[in-house]
Amino acid sequence: MANSKLFKNKRFMISIIILGILCILAVGAPIFAPFDYDAVSVGPNLSPPIKGFIMGTDVLGRDLYSRILYGARLSLAVGFCTAIFALVMGTATGAIAGYYGGKWDKILMSIVDIFYILPMLLLAILFTLLVGRGFFGIFLAIGATTWVTQARLVRALVMQARDLPYVEAGRAIGLSHLKIIFKHILPNLMGPMIVSLTFQIPNNILTESFLSFVGLGLQPPYSSWGTLASEGFRGIQSYPHLMLFPGLALFITMLAFHFLGDALRDVLDPKSSVGSSIGS
Amino acid sequence: MIQFFLKRIIQSMITLVFLATVTFFLLRLAPGGPFDGEKVWPAEIQANIEAKYGLNRPVYVQFFSWANDAVHGDLRESFHYIGTPVSEIISDATKPSLQLGALALFISLFFGLILGVLSAWKRGTFWDFSSMFVAIAGITLPSYLVATLLVLLFSNYWRLLPPALWEEKSSMVLPVITLALRPLAIIARMTRTTLLEILHSDYIRTAYSKGLTDSKVLFKHALKNALIPIVTLLGPIAASLITGSYVVETVFQIPGLGQYFITSVVNRDYPLVMGMTLMFGMILIISNFLVDLAYVWIDPRMRLEDKK
Repeated sequence: MANSKLFKNKRFMISIIILGILCILAVGAPIFAPFDYDAVSVGPNLSPPIKGFIMGTDVLGRDLYSRILYGARLSLAVGFCTAIFALVMGTATGAIAGYYGGKWDKILMSIVDIFYILPMLLLAILFTLLVGRGFFGIFLAIGATTWVTQARLVRALVMQARDLPYVEAGRAIGLSHLKIIFKHILPNLMGPMIVSLTFQIPNNILTESFLSFVGLGLQPPYSSWGTLASEGFRGIQSYPHLMLFPGLALFITMLAFHFLGDALRDVLDPKSSVGSSIGS
Repeated sequence: MIQFFLKRIIQSMITLVFLATVTFFLLRLAPGGPFDGEKVWPAEIQANIEAKYGLNRPVYVQFFSWANDAVHGDLRESFHYIGTPVSEIISDATKPSLQLGALALFISLFFGLILGVLSAWKRGTFWDFSSMFVAIAGITLPSYLVATLLVLLFSNYWRLLPPALWEEKSSMVLPVITLALRPLAIIARMTRTTLLEILHSDYIRTAYSKGLTDSKVLFKHALKNALIPIVTLLGPIAASLITGSYVVETVFQIPGLGQYFITSVVNRDYPLVMGMTLMFGMILIISNFLVDLAYVWIDPRMRLEDKK
């Protein structure tokens, strides 16, 4: 029933189509991009958009359109991977804390509280220092700071579900606790969890681009959107296209995820207020 | 009440100690040191420098000696800005950052509430759509793009406002707008959602049936209850202001905490990083505490003791 409602939702369909195209372009970047992301001097240097280079070229004569397509791979991958990490880690922690309560709850939640208060950027900086400014560092940094939000959400939901009749019935017929948690409680919480995931992904993409923008994220020749914007920012007055196109790509992605999240929330989780209001 | 304060203070101390410890050791684990440069020193000179700053001792000894100094209020001198005490750098950098953050918070609360109330009250009208357009733009536009567009328009083309720095009043306009936009959008959306819910509740119908005017119902009855979820948002908003300030300070070249923090990490300026970490930890802890207090003030049902 939820499905047919979703497919009739215009915002949902438009954002799904945009994100779908984006994913196809990103995955198929080697096919769709006219040049390699690090191929230099394929065109004139610092050209504004012209024929053959629809988004212009940068200081080394690299094609900006190709770099943005390859950048979509990095930006989306960071967003998805960190969100899935947060989902798995946060759900496990939150479910155990919420279901067992007592001692487990206290221990796990005090760990969560400590991570919660650590300044996100500090952790990000430290992790990228530790494992280098590559994909893995960014992944650890964003993952480590976002899973706690998920853990708190799942804990609250599981605590509510713990005393519902269907859980009691499961206990009465002698199911193990783990089976009750993973086979019965969590599938019932899919709605809110999917909604929080769709808001988490764009937030993480944005965080990655912030980190890369201030010079703590992925470094050139990698071309995540934040890296590209950061490169473009240096020549902003004379060559605004170098900054505007990566920014625009990010903006469109954020917009699509935002509407997707809104639509999903309306259908899957009408009672909740999680989501776009929570941001970093 | 006293118990609550005591508990919070102890909790905050533990968090700060944890934060300092983790930062200290992670920083030492990271490759590269404060005096590594393009030029390679002769071994004796390198050894002398390390001995002067105590870097040749085991890391845990360095940590306890630093912690001892820090507890006594001495944050040592910066490695990079040689001879300048860390406390001096921090106090200089705190002023612009606090000004920026406070102005942005004020602007975002003020206009966020106005936009939110406007769009809930005039639901489905032009006002509603334009307010929510601003809100969606504020949430989805990356702040560096906003900053760039503002600078291009107001500084380059129209030459109305300075494009950078933090000096005369006019230079504060663009950074504050950039930083305020996201929290403003979050507040506007939250206000709209909660107010719409409240306007359909029974006690509002009662208020209307008593013959109260529109504005009286809205401001005296509805808005006060709508503020509760907004106060709970202030925590994430404070965090978003702090995070946002890094980008805004970088774009507008404001010599604030965010900028010093990033450069100090890149320079491996250990004492400055530690000082900055403590400063940020304290700002976060204090703002969380203020949020809790605001919560109690606005919603008497919340008992301090009940809150964790």
